[in-house]
Amino acid sequence: MRLGLVIDLDTCVGCHGCAVACKQWNTSGTTGPLTDYRPYGRNPSGVWFNRIRHYEVGDYPNNKTINFPMSCMHCDDADCVTVCPTGASYKRKEDGIVLVDQDKCMGCNYCSWACPYGARELDREAGVMKKCTLCVDRIYDETLDEIDRQPACVITCPAHARYFGDFDDPNSEVSQLVRDRAGYKLMPEVGYNPTNTYLPPRLTRPIPTDDVRKDNLISKVKDWANKSVAR
Amino acid sequence: MHPALSVIIFTVSSGAGYGLLMLLIGLHIFGFTTDMSENELLTGGVIGLGLVTFGLMSSTFHLANPKNAWRAFSRFRTSWLSREGLFAVLVYPFALLYLFGVWNSGVAVNGFIQVTGFITIILSLITVFSTGMIYGCLKTIRQWNTALTPANYILLGLALGALLLVALRVSFKGEVGLVASLTLVILDIALIAKAIYYFWIRRVTGPTMNTATGFTRANVRLLDVGHTAGTFLTEEFGYIPEKGTVTLFKVLVFALGFVVPGLLVFGMVGGDASAAAALVALISAFLGIGLERWLFFAEARHVVNLYHGAQHT
Repeated sequence: MRLGLVIDLDTCVGCHGCAVACKQWNTSGTTGPLTDYRPYGRNPSGVWFNRIRHYEVGDYPNNKTINFPMSCMHCDDADCVTVCPTGASYKRKEDGIVLVDQDKCMGCNYCSWACPYGARELDREAGVMKKCTLCVDRIYDETLDEIDRQPACVITCPAHARYFGDFDDPNSEVSQLVRDRAGYKLMPEVGYNPTNTYLPPRLTRPIPTDDVRKDNLISKVKDWANKSVAR
Repeated sequence: MHPALSVIIFTVSSGAGYGLLMLLIGLHIFGFTTDMSENELLTGGVIGLGLVTFGLMSSTFHLANPKNAWRAFSRFRTSWLSREGLFAVLVYPFALLYLFGVWNSGVAVNGFIQVTGFITIILSLITVFSTGMIYGCLKTIRQWNTALTPANYILLGLALGALLLVALRVSFKGEVGLVASLTLVILDIALIAKAIYYFWIRRVTGPTMNTATGFTRANVRLLDVGHTAGTFLTEEFGYIPEKGTVTLFKVLVFALGFVVPGLLVFGMVGGDASAAAALVALISAFLGIGLERWLFFAEARHVVNLYHGAQHT
C-alpha cells in the first residue's frame, strides 16, 4: 500500500480550510499539540502540517491564480528518514506513511534541512520535529464511519480538491485521477519520488472580453469622471 | 540558511582539534619531529582533544531536545550525522591510548604508539570527512551538495591544526622550519580549494520556482505566501545576508584566514620564530575560518525558498 493525496489545482479555491481542519484535528492527535507562539500577539506563528501558498502563473492577460496547498509528500525516497541520526523519523513499510517518533527525536532540525518541500516544522516548545501524519490516527479508526476514515484535510475541502487513496492500486480513485488528468509530482529533479500528486489546471477556452463594452463618448466621459472624482 | 553560532563553533573547533591531532601524531610516528619532548606531545594531544570536546559540546546546544542526543549514534548505516557522532567518540579511546603510550614509554616510537597513533589519525580524518558530508549529502542545498564541501572541511581543519602545531613548537622552542613549511603548503591548498568553491557556487543550477511548482511553461510569481508572520521555515531557511556583508566577509576570509597567517608562517620557514607571530597567525586564522563557516551557512539557499518567492536558489 502507498497512501497519499491527490490535490486538484484546478478546483482549489485557496480557502485554507484544509490547513485549519488539519490543525484542529492534529493538535489533539498522536503528534499534537501543534504549538502556537504568540497567537494573539503582533507576529503570530506556530506549527502547521499543511500550508497553502498562492501563485500567479503566466503573464497578463494570459495569467492565472493558482492556489497551492502543500503538506508532507510521503516520498518513496525520503531523505528526511535516512538522514535522521536517532531513528525518530521512519517510513512505514505497510502504507508508506512517514512519521516522527516524538519520544526519540532530539530536535536537531537535520530532517527539515533534507526536506525540499518544507513539510517538517520544529515545535520550539516541545523541542521535537512535527509533520503531517496523513491522519494516521483517523484513517484506521474503526469506530468512525467508513466515509470518515480519511485525512481531515480531505474531508473538509469544500471545493473537493483533495483526494486520499492508495497509489499502488491502479484502480483506486487517486490512481485513476492521476492517469486521466496527467497528475505530476513537485521538483522531481531532486529525486525524492514524492507520493502526493498534483493535478494541473484544466485547459479552458479564454472568455472573450472584447465585446463587453464598446467605447463611446458617454462612456469616455463617465470613465474620466470616475477617475477624477475622489470618493 | 540561518547561521547558528553553536554549529559554527562546533565545526571550526572540532575541525581544528582533529587537524592538530592528525598532524601532531602523524609527524611524530613517522619520525619527522624527533626533537619533540614528551611534554610537548602530551600538551598538543590534550589541546587537540580539548578543542574536539569543546566543539562537540557546543554542537549539543543546537539541539532542541538534547536529552535524546544519545540516540544519535544509532543510525550510522544511513545518516552522516550519526556517523560523525560515532567516529568522533571512537577517536577518544585511541587518542587516549596513544597519549598513554607516550606518557608511559616516552617519545621513542614503538609499536603500540605507532598503531594507536595511526588509528587515531585515520579515525580523525573520517570524522572530519563525516562532518563535511553532513552538509555535502543534502540534495536540497546546491551550495553544499558538492565534493568541495568535505574537501574544504578537511583542508581547513588541517590548516588550523597546522597553525596550532606551529604555535606549540614555538612555545616549546622546538625546530619550526619543517612544520612552518608544511603549514604553508596546507594553507595554499586550502586557499585554492576555498577559492574554487566560491567560484563554483556562483553559477546558479538546480530547481527553480517553475520546477518547484510544476509550471514550467510560463513565468511563476508568488502572490501570497499564506502566513501572516514568520514560520519555522522562514526562520530556518529564509536568512539572506546583505550582499555587501558577503563581499566584505569573503575578503576577510582570504586576508585573515590565509594571507596573514601565511605571511607570518613564511617568515618562520628559516627556523627563527617569535611567539607573538605564531599567536597572531593563529588568532587571525581562527577569525578568518570562523567567518568562512558563517558564510558557508549564510550563503546556502535551501530549495524551500522557491515556494516562498525565490525564483532560483
